[in-house]
Amino acid sequence: MTPSDLLSILPLLVLVVWACALLLVDLWLKRKGVTAFLAALGLALTAGLALAQAGEETTAFGGMVALDGFASFLNVLFPLSGLLGIAVAYGYLKRMNIERGEYYSLLLFSTAGMMLMAHAADLVVVFLALEFLSLPLYVLAAFARPRLDSEEAGLKYFLLGAFASAFVIYGIALIYGATGTTSLSGIVAAIEAGSLGTSGLLLTIGAALFLVGFGFKVAAVPFHMWTPDVYHGAPTPVTAFMAVGAKAAGFAALLRVFVTAFPALDADLTPVVWVLAALTMFVGNVVAIAQTNIKRMLAYSSIAHAGYILMAFVAFGNPATRADAVASALFYLVTYALTSYGAWAAVIALEKQDPSAGSGQAASGLEINDFAGLGRRRPALAAAMTVFMLSLTGMPPTLGLVGKFYLFRTVIEAGQVWLAVIGVLTSLISAYYYLRVVVVMYMREGAPETTREPWLDFTWAVSALATVILSFLPMALFAWASAAGVMGF
Amino acid sequence: MDFTLLLFFLLAATAVATALGLLLSRNAVYAALFLVLNFATVAVFYLLLGAPFVAMTQVTVYAGAIMVLFLFVIMLLGAEKLPKGEALPWQRPLAIGAAVILFAEAVYLLVQRVRLTAALPDPGTWENSMESLRQMAGMLFTDYLLPFEVTSLLLLVAMIGAIVLTKGERAVRS
Amino acid sequence: MTLANVIEWLVKGLVWVLILLGGFAYLTYYERRALARIQVRVGPNRAGPWGLLQPIADAIKLIFKEEFMPARADKLLFTLAPIITLTPALVITAVVPFGPESASFQLFGRTITWYIADLNVGVLYIMSIASIAVYGIVLAGWSSNNKYATLGGLRSTAQMLSYELALGLSFIAVIVLANSTRLLDIVEAQKGMWFAVLQPVGFVIFLIATLAEVNRAPFDMPEAEQELAAGYHSEYGGMKFALLFMAEYDKMIAICTIAASLFLGGYREPWFLRDTVLGVDQTPWLGPLYVFIKVFILLFGMIWVRATWPRIRYDRLMAFGWKILLPLSLALVFLTSIGMLLAEQVNPLYQWGIPLASLAAGFIAILGMYQTLRRKEYARA
Repeated sequence: MTPSDLLSILPLLVLVVWACALLLVDLWLKRKGVTAFLAALGLALTAGLALAQAGEETTAFGGMVALDGFASFLNVLFPLSGLLGIAVAYGYLKRMNIERGEYYSLLLFSTAGMMLMAHAADLVVVFLALEFLSLPLYVLAAFARPRLDSEEAGLKYFLLGAFASAFVIYGIALIYGATGTTSLSGIVAAIEAGSLGTSGLLLTIGAALFLVGFGFKVAAVPFHMWTPDVYHGAPTPVTAFMAVGAKAAGFAALLRVFVTAFPALDADLTPVVWVLAALTMFVGNVVAIAQTNIKRMLAYSSIAHAGYILMAFVAFGNPATRADAVASALFYLVTYALTSYGAWAAVIALEKQDPSAGSGQAASGLEINDFAGLGRRRPALAAAMTVFMLSLTGMPPTLGLVGKFYLFRTVIEAGQVWLAVIGVLTSLISAYYYLRVVVVMYMREGAPETTREPWLDFTWAVSALATVILSFLPMALFAWASAAGVMGF
Repeated sequence: MDFTLLLFFLLAATAVATALGLLLSRNAVYAALFLVLNFATVAVFYLLLGAPFVAMTQVTVYAGAIMVLFLFVIMLLGAEKLPKGEALPWQRPLAIGAAVILFAEAVYLLVQRVRLTAALPDPGTWENSMESLRQMAGMLFTDYLLPFEVTSLLLLVAMIGAIVLTKGERAVRS
Repeated sequence: MTLANVIEWLVKGLVWVLILLGGFAYLTYYERRALARIQVRVGPNRAGPWGLLQPIADAIKLIFKEEFMPARADKLLFTLAPIITLTPALVITAVVPFGPESASFQLFGRTITWYIADLNVGVLYIMSIASIAVYGIVLAGWSSNNKYATLGGLRSTAQMLSYELALGLSFIAVIVLANSTRLLDIVEAQKGMWFAVLQPVGFVIFLIATLAEVNRAPFDMPEAEQELAAGYHSEYGGMKFALLFMAEYDKMIAICTIAASLFLGGYREPWFLRDTVLGVDQTPWLGPLYVFIKVFILLFGMIWVRATWPRIRYDRLMAFGWKILLPLSLALVFLTSIGMLLAEQVNPLYQWGIPLASLAAGFIAILGMYQTLRRKEYARA
């Protein structure tokens, strides 16, 4: 270990140390607002440091971690998503009587795990990062603890997450068995040396198991069963953070590993990914139609979006389109992060404690029908929600359109026209349930009770503005994402 | 050499038998004890492979610490007797089918890749010196330093999580 | 692994087990006599000269007692539990050397050494066997199908797991000092100075933690008769009880043997006798004798503790283990490592910083103990 090793993961180190310190400091803080502020400060600092690292390319800790465009792009994205996670949570936790300082430290730890995932250049680190980001999320999902559905969410997420981890670790074991190494560069070298023989099968099975494990993490059909229950039961800010952060980290690992290490398995795995993507888009969008609860609807929507991002993977084995695939997947992740944070913020604004139940026992205001009359009562919030719904559908003038455009372009370039057609068709299906929310907000009479909290309002307002404005200048963002498509090991 | 091979087959039979005992036993305490035996057998496998450190850690951590806590919880909750009958009747045939497939896969790989006798080093040639242990420690704190530290963070997070989820309601403002 | 090897191990193991069995019998005698002296009594003195045949009389009594099996006990485990309890106590000392390599002797053309196994992970072996030792007691408690017995067994589990941490960390201090996990190396490393002097606080932690590990007073919560009848062995009688009884005393012997090896120089002479004729290098056969003397003295310490200290309350026992012993032993590992680093890199004299710093840390821990464990204001009548 040399100082340069430490420097190359400096943002991560700062975040981890900050989280540990926060855990201690919180003991003496009566006002949890200060904790929240300190946590946000740490995340902002991390994001700043990560930004300062942009453009550097190196590996550290003997090839365990890589610092490259991909890592620094995601390392800015993750702390920012953590910041939004704090912004939407602060008022909510107070309102729901679950204000504990550990929320913020756990969120910081989870963010650190995600950042490690972006860095990982060794399957051992990939696995550890997966656990490191998931463990705090299991706890956070059960954070509204006396509430039964939150406990159920935590337990379900934990059990299925552990199950998925078993797939990942078994896959890694098989890959190690086939190639004799866990480092991504070593795997590539072993494949290129062409001495695998019958171990090639072992490698393919390993890679497939790896895909299954991360399929759970990113909620791809048929590994999505936990998603609606967990997203529904978890405290809404946690759901928002989970939907964005955990998904992005899962895709980060998949992108890194598949694009750098497994292009040789293209012929075997591309059909698998194809089917996975098509199924995910289809099931996610169709089942979402039947939902009456906004959290469940957004959960299925998040499944569907995982399918869209998975589309980019059909291009992973093709050297010509690979860089574009990574860039468009990252671009779409940013799009989805912004939009979905905004949408979840709107949900949080409407959520309130159920007056009929005991303290902290249940939440209400989560049915889509509860949005009725929002257009009159809170025109700005309703307008923002409209923007988010349009963006999730992929309609102009929003970032969602641009994101989908890049994705479809990549898929067509990769020669998978039919997959693109499925993508477009399922997007049309999704318009039905997204626009229903808009219809309910503007066309139905109702008097929704909403909460006005400065940070929450800030979140949805900023998300909405960014969703619209960035859609007019996507090139800058895409250029950055393209730079991130360059992966060292 | 022959003695080692004999030992290996004896242990292999024990390992399979205890694993089956774990699955088939209707008493949770017995199931846990079968698992302890299984862990102990695996530890001896590690010894046969010339990895005494891993063997000892296996016994200390799995058999000695984790399984004791399992037993502790089982006994404290009085959850020894498992309910009769299957909750999901279709599960058993499916599981057996999957097990057969996995077994076939393992046999295939074994036949394909591993010469069984070559996999067992002669215990006479064991690295019974401090050097092997030092090498392992060196690896852990140089090449694998980052994973090692991340693991410790992981344990910290798990600990915080457990405390957050089980701490009394005092923390919630009334 | 030849047949001759296996036979040698078997014979050595058998001899050691026989020594432990005899040691158990006479340890009970030793304890009763010593306890009696401390309590100004005479103790057993009827059977044989000075009561020396008393243990044999006890054994005969126990063997001829009725074997009793509770009606709804788990028959298999109820029978197995005493055996499971005894086995670790018998095998844990397999790696302890009783004499130097130079004291090895020739027998049937083989070189017979004074240890059963020379394992490069000897200390870890001790740790792992110690961690297995929990099972016997908890199973004995559970299989009796008796609430008190189960509670006693569970208590012992919690207690042993908690103190195992401090125990393991005190081992690490020794490993760092000796720069080896092999017991022969550790003993030889104490040629210059016993580790009990270099790491006095670690030694004390080891003694405390082992008392808890073998469930001896003042940590004999699993069999606290006021609350739990007799705890985990409430339902046991006859030979099965004798086995549990034997396990406890054999554990004492084993623990003292290990303590002697890790902290008191094992078979080595006291450091100030190194260059005299009493040194092991000069007179190799003194090695086993030194071990015996050290064990004898340590055993007296355990008996002494039992005679003088009352049982500690259960919540305080746990608080003491987790809130004081564990942080303190962690700190000791840290201090020892720093001291060794300085001694190796800068000046060997720095190793004397280890006992000084440890004692300071121990003092802080005692202050902490006062804070955490003292009787609270409201509890003072």
